[in-house]
Amino acid sequence: MFEKPAELKKLFEEKAAAVTATAEVEQLRIEFLGKKGSVAALMQELRNVPNEQKKEAGQAINETKQYIESAIAAKLEELKKLEEQKLIDSAESYDESMPISVDLGSYHPITLVRREVESIFLSMGFSIEDYSEITDDYNCFEALNIPKHHPARDMQDTYYLSSGQLLKTHTSAAQNTILRKYAKNLENGNPIRAIFPGRCFRNEKIDACHENTFFQMEGIMVDKDISISNLIYFMKTMLSEVFQKDITVRLRPGFFPFVEPGFELDIQCTICKGAGCPSCKDSGWLELCPCGMIHPNVLTAAGIDAEKYTGFAFGLGMTRLAMMTYGVKDIRVFNSGNLKSLSQFTEKSFTRPEESKEA
Amino acid sequence: MFVSINWIKDYVDLDGLDIKKLIESFTLATAEVEDIIEKGADVQNVVVGEILSVENHPNSNKLHLLKVDAGEKVCNIVCGAPNVAVGQKVALALAGGRVCGGEIKVATVAGYESEGMCCSEKELGISDDHSGIMELDPSLKNGTNIKDIFPIDDIIFEVDNKSLTNRPDLWGHYGIARELAALSGRELKPLEMGDLSYDGDEKVDVKIGREDLVYRYSCIKMDNITKNKSPLDMRIRLYYCGMRGINLLADVTNYIMLEIGQPTHAFAGNSIDKIVVTTPDEKIKFTTLDGVERDIDEETLMICNGNTPVGIAGIMGGLESEIVEDTGSVVLESANFDGVSIRKSSSRLGHRTDASARYEKMLDPELTMDAVGRFVKLVKDIDSGARVASKITDEYVRKYPEITLSFDKKYVDRYTGIDISDEQINKTLTALGFAVDYDNGEYTVKVPSWRATKDVTIKADIIEEITRIYGYDNFEITTTNSPLKPVPNDYARLEDAEAKDILVKKYGFHEVHSYVWCDGRKFKKLGIEVEDNVKVLNIENSDNGVLRNSMLPTLLTIAQENKDFAEKYSIFEIGRVVDGTDENGLCNERKHLGAVIYDKSGNEKAAYLKAVEIINCLIGEIKQKKAGYNKIAPVSAWQHPKNTAEILIDGKRVGILCAMHPANRAKLDKTAAAVCFEIDMDIFSSIDANSISFREPSTQQSTYYDLSLVLAENTKYSDLAACWEALNLAELETAKVIDTYEKDGIKSVTVRLIFAAMDRTLEMEEVQGWIDTILSNLGKIGVTLRA
Repeated sequence: MFEKPAELKKLFEEKAAAVTATAEVEQLRIEFLGKKGSVAALMQELRNVPNEQKKEAGQAINETKQYIESAIAAKLEELKKLEEQKLIDSAESYDESMPISVDLGSYHPITLVRREVESIFLSMGFSIEDYSEITDDYNCFEALNIPKHHPARDMQDTYYLSSGQLLKTHTSAAQNTILRKYAKNLENGNPIRAIFPGRCFRNEKIDACHENTFFQMEGIMVDKDISISNLIYFMKTMLSEVFQKDITVRLRPGFFPFVEPGFELDIQCTICKGAGCPSCKDSGWLELCPCGMIHPNVLTAAGIDAEKYTGFAFGLGMTRLAMMTYGVKDIRVFNSGNLKSLSQFTEKSFTRPEESKEA
Repeated sequence: MFVSINWIKDYVDLDGLDIKKLIESFTLATAEVEDIIEKGADVQNVVVGEILSVENHPNSNKLHLLKVDAGEKVCNIVCGAPNVAVGQKVALALAGGRVCGGEIKVATVAGYESEGMCCSEKELGISDDHSGIMELDPSLKNGTNIKDIFPIDDIIFEVDNKSLTNRPDLWGHYGIARELAALSGRELKPLEMGDLSYDGDEKVDVKIGREDLVYRYSCIKMDNITKNKSPLDMRIRLYYCGMRGINLLADVTNYIMLEIGQPTHAFAGNSIDKIVVTTPDEKIKFTTLDGVERDIDEETLMICNGNTPVGIAGIMGGLESEIVEDTGSVVLESANFDGVSIRKSSSRLGHRTDASARYEKMLDPELTMDAVGRFVKLVKDIDSGARVASKITDEYVRKYPEITLSFDKKYVDRYTGIDISDEQINKTLTALGFAVDYDNGEYTVKVPSWRATKDVTIKADIIEEITRIYGYDNFEITTTNSPLKPVPNDYARLEDAEAKDILVKKYGFHEVHSYVWCDGRKFKKLGIEVEDNVKVLNIENSDNGVLRNSMLPTLLTIAQENKDFAEKYSIFEIGRVVDGTDENGLCNERKHLGAVIYDKSGNEKAAYLKAVEIINCLIGEIKQKKAGYNKIAPVSAWQHPKNTAEILIDGKRVGILCAMHPANRAKLDKTAAAVCFEIDMDIFSSIDANSISFREPSTQQSTYYDLSLVLAENTKYSDLAACWEALNLAELETAKVIDTYEKDGIKSVTVRLIFAAMDRTLEMEEVQGWIDTILSNLGKIGVTLRA
């Protein structure tokens, strides 16, 4: 009887029991299973076994080899687990409450409000137009049906420039240019729908409520048969979108030379829902944006047939909207460059007025 | 402007109407009401009393002890007024009642019980006269409630003057009454006019010197005026509407102004020989009746008596011709002057009056004769002995054209988007004073004179009249029928947004906004000169007059002001600058991105290279292109002479990158450094972006080769790169710097070149061939392998 495989198995078991680290397992493997290892040596001995016993002895060696192979694998697995557990046990538990600074950048609040409002208008098929900050008397006044000596020119104290031009006092200054740009399209059956946000300038003393440099946004829509009924519908829909809630609007006559009829649009106070509160000075209404049907003279000045086409225009005070949205009480924050204030505007989308701090 | 509901009731019957609702509808249809004030609410239980006896108070030489018959009982009253007398009728506030000072209680005054109070006009809230108690008509019955005698109860509403800018007809009660009549569907009563007939030959001589500045000048003389105090009813109305009673003639002229909006002026009758309305030949001094001496220039229209100025037309009369108490005769001026001229004069004088505020709205010249008629009527009603003492003088030198507008129902329907009935249109326009001629859907409408001076000129104006009375709240609202069209992309806007996102999200920049003009005072703190450019002519602070030609100086001042914000921070702005003027002298306005990287610790090189990284990223991300740089001489004195470079895309200059001149840097904050860059976004967005051209990555093994190079003086990395780029090798995948080293003034750099071919594994010999060529190229610019 060929006894050696069983002896080898026993020897392996003794040695394996003494192994305690994964690094030693490899040594064990080489000792028994390596090219010059114990199993290989046993195979060599098989040559000396009589032929009739060869088959049985070979089987025994093979069984032993398989046993050792699987035992080594199991040993390795067992030791790895043990070592991992040791690593886990000795590991540090990290403190995620450490004050790690992230150095978030920030957008100007006007950028955030503009993005929000612009995306609404894009979704409603409006193009977004750019217009210069410097313009001239014609575009700022004349083309808007504000003739020379009109009190409206006093009402908006204008910064005049040594070049004979002026800093635009309202975004309406872009109306003529934009109406002209699309007048041809109109004749081809394409309505004009455009907004033009921009920075405006008025010669005013600066205090918590007044700035000489501020942002407005103007919008126009011109087509055949645009009516007052459409205007009210549109303003209500648009403002409901801006404020993300159903907005109640009311129109009052308002005088602006470039619209006829012209309106002041009030929204029902979103804070007290019309009951009266300090925010709306107990009136239940907030004066929000001027609007109106574009004055025929303005359409004519842009080369549009006022008998054939009508349209409406509206203005939104972007700086005011930003104040309402974020609960900013002092308008001077916007142009202050003060990073202690401005670095707070890190979000891409803005908080809705419902959640805002305005009281 | 304050409006009295009592006064309105003279012209419209408001019985049965909810006044608050009516006022609200006025806000929605006409002009904004800012406030509603209930007058008389503070006055309760005040009755007519008769002083039965007056005794001096034993311990006071001011107080009197009175017995006053209050009708139902006799009250003991302690009174401090100087004008008490037996038999006098007074307004007695009884205990439990109220006056404007507060509640009335039985009280002990200086040891004597007082069961009420004798009231002054001020205590009844009907004037600010507190000189003594009111002396009432002796015929009044004791115990009569004072409110049954005087119109103390009233509702006053204040209309926002700004919202009346375009409505000259609403600067008097009668015009407001017309609106309220139209809104409530009630009738507007006509104004009662006085009898102007006069048999004599007297006529006030009027000469208009400047016909371009006058529409109409009407005047009349009255005499035999013996009264000098206006009745309390009238004075209460004036007081409730914000004016003070002065004397009869001044009160009547003020009353007429508040009634129909027409300012008038009463000259002392005996002082006027010949009225001349003209501008002075040269600058003069003139003292107005408020006692202020004013400088009058050659464009200010004056009223003269012969050659002597007696008033500034449409603004204020002179001190010399003021009506004094004993004026028995009066010349009434009721004129209409050019609104623009009055507005300009009043703004030059820095003096705006109730009259000038009205004239500048372009009053209806038809009103001048209404005012004359009302004056005669009111004066005679008050002082029955007064007489018209001249013929009417009425110089109507300019007239506004009559305006007639034609339109049809279809036009109204199209403009409104709803169906307002012909009946409603007719009714509304008629109520507002328009003469309507309607024929089968076709309207011809004559605009009333009081709306025809500027307000209503085209048919779209008629739409406003119809719709505002119809009520915007009553509109059925619908969406437009306009076709839906896709909105074209505006790449400049999208690229601005992308640049902002990269700066904020990737590099932690803070976006700021700054003024379009330079702040000279702040620049000075950094030693930066304001460079010559287009100026704002009328800016308040002269340090701020010049428009910025670059974003950077302003951003540097902002960076400096935030020095306590953090150790390091970066700011940017996308805004406008003016790069001088073009050939027509007009501003060359550009949209720029300006950015400043600020580092308190002063690592300028790191900041500069960070700026390069950011610029590379902006150009790489937005344009899929590589940024180029080219050192240039500083554009402005505050820039670093050695570290100022232009930023290039495709060889085209799009901006500038710079550190600060040491002199200016030293002013930032001790050791701090700031590096700036500025990109012209107009040029930037005009450059086409590369589109992404996809290349299958090589599946073959890549080979790298490291070269440690010793650089010659002033060698730039771009010079090195040129040495391998010259080979134009498709197999050279990337080249990157993996190490830089500097010792004893010798700079060395280790570059790793990575090669791979699409179709084969590269043989070492092949790579070595390229390396040899590259080294030979490097040798030509004096760069050698490190030993």
